[in-house]
Amino acid sequence: MEQRIVGRAASDGLAIGPAVILRALEAASRAKGSIAEEHAALAAAVVRARQAVAELIERLEGDAAELIGFQMALLEDDALTEAAYARIERGAAADLAWRAAMAEEIAGYESADDEYFRARAADLADIRDRVLRHLFGLGDDGELPSGAIIVARDLAPSTFLGVDWSKGGGIALGEGSPTSHVAMLARGRGVPMVVGLGQAWERLTGQVLVDGGRAVVVVDPSPELLLSARAEGDELMHRKANAIARQCEPALTRDGTAVAVLVNISGPADMTTVPARACDGVGLARTEFLTANLLRDEEAQYRAYAELVRWADGRPVTIRTLDAGGDKPIPGYTLDGESNPFLGLRGLRLSLRHPDIFRVQLRALARAAVLGPLKVMLPMVTNVAELDAARGHWRAVLDELAGGNVAFAEPAFGIMVEVPAAALAAQHFAADFFSIGTNDLTQYATAASRDGAEVADYADVLHPGVLAMIAHVVGAGRARGVDVSICGDAAGDVRAIPALLKAGVRALSVSPGLLPQVKAAIRELDLARRGEGA
Amino acid sequence: MADGGEIGMQDVKAHALLTNEVGLHARPSVKLTQLAKRFESTVEIAIAADGPWTDAKSPVKIMRVKAAKGETLFMRANGPDAEEAVRALVELVNRKFDEE
Repeated sequence: MEQRIVGRAASDGLAIGPAVILRALEAASRAKGSIAEEHAALAAAVVRARQAVAELIERLEGDAAELIGFQMALLEDDALTEAAYARIERGAAADLAWRAAMAEEIAGYESADDEYFRARAADLADIRDRVLRHLFGLGDDGELPSGAIIVARDLAPSTFLGVDWSKGGGIALGEGSPTSHVAMLARGRGVPMVVGLGQAWERLTGQVLVDGGRAVVVVDPSPELLLSARAEGDELMHRKANAIARQCEPALTRDGTAVAVLVNISGPADMTTVPARACDGVGLARTEFLTANLLRDEEAQYRAYAELVRWADGRPVTIRTLDAGGDKPIPGYTLDGESNPFLGLRGLRLSLRHPDIFRVQLRALARAAVLGPLKVMLPMVTNVAELDAARGHWRAVLDELAGGNVAFAEPAFGIMVEVPAAALAAQHFAADFFSIGTNDLTQYATAASRDGAEVADYADVLHPGVLAMIAHVVGAGRARGVDVSICGDAAGDVRAIPALLKAGVRALSVSPGLLPQVKAAIRELDLARRGEGA
Repeated sequence: MADGGEIGMQDVKAHALLTNEVGLHARPSVKLTQLAKRFESTVEIAIAADGPWTDAKSPVKIMRVKAAKGETLFMRANGPDAEEAVRALVELVNRKFDEE
């Protein structure tokens, strides 16, 4: 019997396949046996984890294969299990013994001074969970059949990355949020995904249809529905292929209005998703990769910024100064224990409290500006006085560089508009450009938290009040003679693009994976026709 | 850079500077242990001339050493092919683990 369950849309597209339920490790339990049985259980789980990793290596290539190769090397080393077996001999259950032994090993990595070693703690946690899954008889993520619909309460990004999505497949979650990291990954890879299905997720079995665009999951779809869904899925695929084929052409609306489409870059992987010639530049490069020990490392920062400018090959690159705080804490830099971090010390507010660290970043940016058209963007600006203070540091850094013998240039100095009060007073900010951060602007203007699943529907960029703020910033930019662009998720949301263009926006910066479809959506609009995009 | 030693009971020792960007990190550790395992001799490493010494055939133990860029890696081997083992390890470190 066909059964429809409505959730929330997280990633567009249609997928049909067998449901594979992924149960969370936290809820798993097992009965403890004798010392010999526990010993044998752990040994068997390690062997199975090894086999699964070996199969995964066969499937992967390049860096991904080498990273998993490291996990394999550790799993093959008896030194990894020594401490766990010792605990079993003293009477511990296999799962508890393994967890405790791995916790010690992971703590060793996490306490390292070196960032590279600390980052490997995630590999150890992955190994721990692989073995635990086998101990609890939950199977390994590596065994998920391709083309299946993954059904779970929630999904970890590492699990998503462990699945081969090239053969199709989809995701249906009981909880989760469209703004979660895994939802972003799913959109980037074009994997259909519906979240927030509630308790009903546990009943999803057999043949399942995931309709990401309509936020619906259908169990046992009728033959008629399957037929129409397949046809629609093929049409979507076809449209996507066409969009990719034309990704390097400029984006012009039907009436010939040019819209600049830039990309948001969060890390090196984003530079491989689309060729630089497909975009009109980098509209937002995030610098949150700056972990505690890189904050004062001017050379490392310079290298990272230089790489971006070289990749863009003559196109403008807008680099945002450190935007820590909110949901992005940096130990020792951001404030601990704020009752509402999104309304606390974050972005430029923090930079102005740490001028020594701020100036290191400004120095590195001025040096990288020699290599191409670089622009510096300040996040979370509220008052004109903050822009003045930042400019003061900027002038000091440029004077300092002028007195030395390193090459540098003076890039454009602009602001991100994401605080409602700043949006409505944009005309007072003497910035070289405005970039509207719609994610924060929307959550602040609608009083609806970005990460709260219950209020997600309130945080709507299409709210007339939010659109009015965007239109105001566009007008202020025109009056001041400076560029205005959008770098929030709304820029890549084909449902929001008509309204954004109608508000006067002519530059959108989007996640690289969305660029082809954003350009395709722009080409279908006619701004000269009345009512279009309303 | 081997500072000599007899085949047999005597340890063969050498040292080399870690100049690759990431130190004795995941991939370099795997390469080092794979190389060490090709030799019959016991092969050990340390980040001080007088130890403590770590089994160079165990990636888990090598990673616990957390040898970073700029540190000197001391090596010693004991067994029939100790000379070759130490020479091969020094070469691997000097080649920056073929990573750069």
